[in-house]
Amino acid sequence: MNIIVVGCGKVGQTLAVQLNNDGNNITVIDLNADKVSEVTDRHDIMGVVGNGATHTVQQEAGIKNADLLIAVTSSDELNLLCCLIAKMAGNCQTIARVRSPQYSSEAQFLKDELGLAMIINPEYASAAEIARILRFPSAIKIDTFAKGQVELLKFRLPEDSPIVGMAVKDIMMKLKCDVLICTIERDGEAYIAKGDSVFRERDIISLVASPKKANDFFNKIKYKTRSVRDVMIVGGGEITHYLADILLKSDIAVKVIEKDKEKCEEMCVSLPDVTVIHGDAVDQGVLMEEGLDKAGAFVALTNLDEENILLSLFAKNKNKGKLIAKINRIEFDDVVSQLDLDTVIYPRHLTSESIVRYVRAMKNTIGSNVETLYIVIKDKVEASEFIVRENCAITGVPLGELKFKDNVLVAAILRDRKVIIPHGGDIIRPGDAVVIVSEIMALHDITDVLR
Amino acid sequence: MNYRMIKYILGWILVFEAFFLIIPGITAVVYGEKALVSILITIAVCLVTGGLLIIKKPSNTELYSREGFVIVSLSWIVLSLFGALPFTLSGVIPRYIDALFETVSGFTTTGASILPEVESLPKSLIMWRSFTHWVGGMGVLVFLMAFLPLSGGQNIHIMKAESPGPSVSKLVPRVRTTALILYSIYFVLTFLQFLFLLFGGMPVFDSINTALATAGTGGFGIKNDSLGSYSPYLQNVTTVFMLLFSINFTSYYLIITKKIKEAFNREVRTFLIIVAASIGIITFNVHDMFGTVGEALRHVSFSVASIISTTGFSTADFDLWPELSRTILVLLMFIGACAGSTGGGIKVSRIIILFKSLSKELQMMIHPKQIKKITMDSKTVEHETVRAVNSFIVCYILIFVLSVMAISVDNHDLITNFTAVAAAINNIGPGLAMVGPTQNFAFFSPISKTVLIFDMLAGRLELFPMLLLLNRATWKK
Repeated sequence: MNIIVVGCGKVGQTLAVQLNNDGNNITVIDLNADKVSEVTDRHDIMGVVGNGATHTVQQEAGIKNADLLIAVTSSDELNLLCCLIAKMAGNCQTIARVRSPQYSSEAQFLKDELGLAMIINPEYASAAEIARILRFPSAIKIDTFAKGQVELLKFRLPEDSPIVGMAVKDIMMKLKCDVLICTIERDGEAYIAKGDSVFRERDIISLVASPKKANDFFNKIKYKTRSVRDVMIVGGGEITHYLADILLKSDIAVKVIEKDKEKCEEMCVSLPDVTVIHGDAVDQGVLMEEGLDKAGAFVALTNLDEENILLSLFAKNKNKGKLIAKINRIEFDDVVSQLDLDTVIYPRHLTSESIVRYVRAMKNTIGSNVETLYIVIKDKVEASEFIVRENCAITGVPLGELKFKDNVLVAAILRDRKVIIPHGGDIIRPGDAVVIVSEIMALHDITDVLR
Repeated sequence: MNYRMIKYILGWILVFEAFFLIIPGITAVVYGEKALVSILITIAVCLVTGGLLIIKKPSNTELYSREGFVIVSLSWIVLSLFGALPFTLSGVIPRYIDALFETVSGFTTTGASILPEVESLPKSLIMWRSFTHWVGGMGVLVFLMAFLPLSGGQNIHIMKAESPGPSVSKLVPRVRTTALILYSIYFVLTFLQFLFLLFGGMPVFDSINTALATAGTGGFGIKNDSLGSYSPYLQNVTTVFMLLFSINFTSYYLIITKKIKEAFNREVRTFLIIVAASIGIITFNVHDMFGTVGEALRHVSFSVASIISTTGFSTADFDLWPELSRTILVLLMFIGACAGSTGGGIKVSRIIILFKSLSKELQMMIHPKQIKKITMDSKTVEHETVRAVNSFIVCYILIFVLSVMAISVDNHDLITNFTAVAAAINNIGPGLAMVGPTQNFAFFSPISKTVLIFDMLAGRLELFPMLLLLNRATWKK
């Protein structure tokens, strides 16, 4: 597909590179020539310097033949204008990043009236992701397939877990649980679990199961899953607004600590049920006074990455609950992941991930048929959901007899609203939704997993 | 420095060269020539050496700017070193340095020859000479990128290092597609010329060779008097195509995509004006040397097109023309073709930027605090580009002066030395006096030939890749 990305900031760059790796033809537009050459020098991507909202520049970038335009500049208005012009100049779909809450509340209206394919709000997406994690705090990350019927959960194995030292296949036999272990991350390395892989303490494990079966599994391995009743949030920015709103709706008490008095007052007005504390969270006294040690969960959402990291580390000492930290800069994600911060949220990753997911779904109509796609481990393992069509090479043969490529897992089959965790004897039928976990990036069709 | 990747690409270059050599090989079979043996040996040598280098694809395929430059300059050197083998092995050009001169002259589309006469050469080797022009014209690495799926986006560094002109831009998002489009345009234009020549009564072999040599703006003739003995129609066709091949290929792409206005950009317009003005002045200057004004016009436009496109064909000995005409031709040698064409020289767009920055400097003296940007086709020319153009010119003059000095050791006259270097560094071919259109470069000493070989390569690759090769910092970790 021919895709134009307007705005070469961090999100724009990540997007361009990822979509390019998926085999799309990318053109980036930015006013800043240095930003453009940063991308074009390292990747097989064309760059145009100029204002992406002008007709001339869009033409130069080839809007006529473009299938999709993604506007991710720092300005909401510019993004919307880019999409409008693109709609007039070419015949393409458009995605805009719109982050200001004023517009966000009208997202649906904008989307319909301006004919946008998608409006992405990184802050809202982050808030939704955090809320999902808080509802099931044992997991580091949860992705859902087939409208929530299948979950892909990631969690860290505690030191005293009974399954430490056991092999994957033994667990299945012993626990009689319908879950499928997908990946194991250890010392910064990640791989797809095989029957004889052995668990060690502090491994990060991802598994696929229905929500109920997942709970069963956690009970059997004596992994504590307590739901959160109250949350302490540091920082009163936009994510906090969205998050508090979602949490309050599911009856979770919210306490926000914010050092700016005006912001406190604003929040007081817009979200009257939130306990707003005016104070500096860097002051440990304030945190302790507000009951950090007893809070069910602690979320660090200040604008400073460093502060969020330090706050989380401090909270880890005092609190046994769920900890979440937001980090804006994605450059040092491998360093951050070594810090044992429980859960880290990257708004930028979320933005580019959801757009990439959309683009792959869009490709559906042109050859590939990926329904949803999640990155399980960055640049290493992906999980994708396919709808199996008639006369597909993968149907009608027991899974045990199919010749799969290395490091491919058929993680779940969905048939008639029922989740099947597959075994060697199961057969895939046309019309099934199948979740594949693999180290092959950018699968286009389910048959790509066969040798 | 990613040495493994450099080796790997050099290996592929040799494999491609083996394939290129199939064409003279076929010619040798068709005409039943003994040169076939030498060609087959060279193919074998290329395949074995190249094959050994490409057995293992390096795991790290990262290429940065400096690898790009090194790959390009080394590729051209390797290509020439192996490409010269058939000439020496077949005994046609016994001395290897002469064969190398001839091959470099071919690949860099210079067209300067050390052979006093070419008609007695085996047809297969004539074909090889012409074909080196064609490959060298658009660039061998561009060819490689069009057909070899090299991973990663860093190929742009290779393309930047090989493509002529102050700034390189892609036509479409993918380097590979861009390379394919460029080669398709190139091929179609070449084929068109071949047809025009063929239907004008030129023999098939002559048509193929002339088309290949014109396309690359090379200039190796297959007759001793270059194109002098062909009919006026054939000469005129060649004039037109020489000019066509010295226009930026991006313009053709713009015309195909129906952006006619953008296609005739400032550079193309300036180029056409320079050509028209030169033809006018020279025709006026020399009209009494020819029978009719029409005949004068034909020879003059041929010579002007030949020189400004840096091809180097000739129909008349312009060395005998009056001083004004000769001087204009020498000036045209330096201006050269448009950026992004197959021609050499400084390039019209660089000259335009140079003049614009000069006028900007003058303006700054009147209004010292004025902020002014150089624009071209109502687009700002980045400061980086202007700076690169300025350093290019300085570098150009430096290499030029040093080369003239180096070959003056041979003790020939100044015009000969000056125009020999100009003809080599601008990839033209013939100069004036002892290296005039009816002469050749055989009389230079091996050292001077080496200097000229360097000049031709430096000129084709736009100086910096060759200079970086000699820079110690390039090889440091």
